[in-house]
Order: sequence, then C-alpha cells, then structure tokens
Amino acid sequence: MDSLSLLTWGTQGWLDELTFATGLTLLVALAGFCVGSLIGSIGAAAKLSPSAWSRGLADGYTTCLRGVPDLLVIYLFYFGGSSLLGAVAGLFGVTGFVGMPAFVTAALAIGLVNGAYQAEVLRGAYLAIPRGELEAATACGMSGMTKLWRIIVPQTLRFALPGLGNVWQLVLKESALVAVIGLTVHLPAIDIFQWFTLPEVRFNDLLRQAHVAAGSTRQPFVFYMAAAGFYLLLTTFSTLAFQWAEKRALVGMRRH
Amino acid sequence: MDIAFLWSVFLRLSVGIPLTLQLAFVSVLIGLIFALLLGFAMRSRFWPVAWLARAYVFVFRGTPLLVQVFLIYYGLGQFRLVLQDLDLWWFFRSPWYCVLLALVMNTAAYGAEIVRGGLQSVPAAQVEAARAYGMSGMTLYRRIIGPIALRQALPAYGNELILMVKATALGSTVTLMELTGIAHKLISETFRAVEIFLVAGAIYLFLNFILTRLVVWAERKIAPDLAAQDIATQDIAVQNKALQTATVH
Repeated sequence: MDSLSLLTWGTQGWLDELTFATGLTLLVALAGFCVGSLIGSIGAAAKLSPSAWSRGLADGYTTCLRGVPDLLVIYLFYFGGSSLLGAVAGLFGVTGFVGMPAFVTAALAIGLVNGAYQAEVLRGAYLAIPRGELEAATACGMSGMTKLWRIIVPQTLRFALPGLGNVWQLVLKESALVAVIGLTVHLPAIDIFQWFTLPEVRFNDLLRQAHVAAGSTRQPFVFYMAAAGFYLLLTTFSTLAFQWAEKRALVGMRRH
Repeated sequence: MDIAFLWSVFLRLSVGIPLTLQLAFVSVLIGLIFALLLGFAMRSRFWPVAWLARAYVFVFRGTPLLVQVFLIYYGLGQFRLVLQDLDLWWFFRSPWYCVLLALVMNTAAYGAEIVRGGLQSVPAAQVEAARAYGMSGMTLYRRIIGPIALRQALPAYGNELILMVKATALGSTVTLMELTGIAHKLISETFRAVEIFLVAGAIYLFLNFILTRLVVWAERKIAPDLAAQDIATQDIAVQNKALQTATVH
C-alpha cells in the first residue's frame, strides 16, 4: 500500500481517524485553556491584591509552574492525581482505588501550567486599563461587582487578547504532550430509543493516533508528517481567528 | 514528609543533571548560529531567501516540539536503508543526536524570530546617521546595529533559554535518561509522584534561577545605562507615591 492511500477517508485509510483525533486534541486544548483561564484569573487577582500573602503565593505559583517542564507536571497529575484523588475520597469515606479519567488529568495538568502564563497576561492587561476609568466608575456609584462586569472584565479582555492568543498557541502545542500518557476517550455504544445504535468509539489524541497508525503500518514518517500538518492547520487557523478577534475588539479604540 | 526519601531521590536525579545541561547547552550554542543566519535571511531583500526562512520559522513554530522529535527519531527510521547507504544511520539511530537535532531546529526558529525583532527595533535614523558618517557594512553592524539589536533581543532570548532547559525534558520520551527521564522511572518504581515531582521541579527551578540571574547580569553588562535608567524610573515612582500619600494626608 503506498503512502498516499494510507491517508484516505474510510476503513482503508487513516484520514478519518486522524481527523477525529485532531478534534479530541482541540477539545483537550480548549478544556486546558478554560481551566487555565479560571486559575489565571484567580492568580492575576491575587497578584494585584493588597495582601502580601496572596501576592507571594501567586508569584510563587507563576514562577514555579513556568520554570518546570510541562511533561513533569503531566506525569505528576497522571501518577499522582489518582492517589491524591483517592486521599480526598478517603476523607469522604470512599475507599478503594479512585481513578481519574485521562481527559480530566490532561485538562487539569495543561490548565495548571497554562494558568501561570494567563495570570501574567491578565495582570498586565488589567494594569493597562486607564486608572481614570476605574475612578469614573466609582464616581458614578457603581458597586464592586458592577464595576467588575461593566468596566474591568471587558477592558481586560480587550487588552489581553494578543497575549491570550500566544497562550492559546502554547496550549495547542502542549496538548501534544498528553500523547505520552496515552489519552484515549472511550465512548460505549449508545442505543437511541432502540431505533439507532451509535457504535462504540475510541478517540485517541492526534499524536497518539499518529503513533498507533505508524506502528500498524510501519510508515512512521508519513503519519508523523500528517500529524505535524494537522497541528500546523490548528495553529494557523488560531492565528487567523485571533487576528480577526483583535481587529473586532479594537474597533472602538483610537489608533495612535 | 520523608526527608531521607527526598534525599535519596535527589541523589538519583542528580545523575541526570549533566545530560540535561549538556542537551540544553549544545543545542542553544548550535541553534544560536542558525538563528542568526535565519534572522538575517528573513530580512533579506532577495525574496526567495526571505520566503524560505519565513516558511521554516512558520513550520517549526507552528508544530509541537514533541511531534518534531518523533518525526526525526521514529519517522526517519522508515528510511533506514537509504540512511544506511548514505552512511548517516549512526546519527539517526541515536536518540541523543535526534533530540539534539530537534532542539537545534526548534530553537533556531524561535531564535530567528527574536533576532529579526532585534534587528527591526534599530531606529532607521540611527542607521542613516551612521551612513552619513561614512560607516559601511561591517562597521555599521559592529558599532550601531549589533549593540542596539542585542540589547533589545537579550530579554526575549533569556526567555528562550529557559524554554530550552524545559524542552530537554522531551528527551525522556525517546529513552534519554535526563532529569525527567529518571524522575519518570522513579515514579513508576515507587508511585510517590508528588515527592519526586517536588525534587525534580526544585532542580529545574534552581537551574532556571541561575540562568535568569546570568541573563540579568549580561543585560546590566551590555546596557549599563538602561539598567541605571530602570533604577532611576523606579526611584521616580517611589517619589511619586510618597508625594501622593503626602498630599492625601
């Protein structure tokens, strides 16, 4: 079988598997990014807080997570996550082995690393908001929450957009690392009203899928090239999407 | 926490530090040469050269390093017979060379972007002024463009150095026993992931801490006026704050 027919759609080729795998990789990256946003916002708030304790804690978090290889964090969550979860479950009286789904492990590990980068981006963006606008909001009688939702969050997001674009590219490339722990999502067959049965499916992440295909066809170069191509597609489309979003976000701003 | 266990983990992990440093150091050194060449090529007026350099940077920055490592180590194995004929198999058979190649190609792409940014940051007026003085080619680069670009590029390059130390961890995916590789082995032997992570993480943090200190020292060295300026602006900020609090009270 020549290399090109390996990359066709259907049972003979691997294109369909690779496409679904790209979808799963995108999902992991999205989940990781969301977890990262959550941790990052908390981190940014802590970095900006007047309390020296929370500032120190947040600084420690961002320094540590940005200075340690991502792979090591993924190993920590993969091997340490289950025992940690078991310990927490033990507190609630659950005994025995508590496994953590691979998808959750991956999203948490990526999110924790990414949160450190997002915290820096969000902190910088918050500081870029003109102080006068915050004072004006207080002078108008806005309460803390109203000010947050109407003034702070929209402006922070606007200023953070270029930085978040970079962080998203990091997440996409980091998501390849989950292939090392072997991310597979297994959906059992579903019977819809005894009318149509969705078959049982297994999704691998993109690099894992390339690895599997390379192993079974003995054509590793073809499949790793294909995986690289799919990643390039993801990053290129992301770049375009963020450029578009930046253009839209800056519509109301004066250009210098 | 079990101090004796942590210490034994540290002793076993420390065996991997030389390999981690070696990978980072060699790849950064070779990668810097390629980064400079590519950075200049990206600004070339001869469009095929600029276009090729840009395409290279685009591809290597747009794909994960792990994919590049697998592509070189496992992927090129598909052409084993060809490589053996070319007498290159010794290179692509060794995980050390393959990881090194991937790291070099990767850091060359990121470095090229930094070099390009540094060169771009040199104000056109300064180049014009130098030309007006009759400086040409090498003198212009040595006296004006080089120093200004270097000052601009150094902080970004410092970041890239830390990324490279972290990137050496990927060597563990192709059997290299550097820090992360040993940590992984220890974790699967003992299942004490948290403790081992703490020790390994602390070693990486320590290495990166020294690296950042070195970069900051180099920044001060090549741009003492900028460093002095920093301190001056900080002083002004402190004074302003003092002034504000004074007026409030």
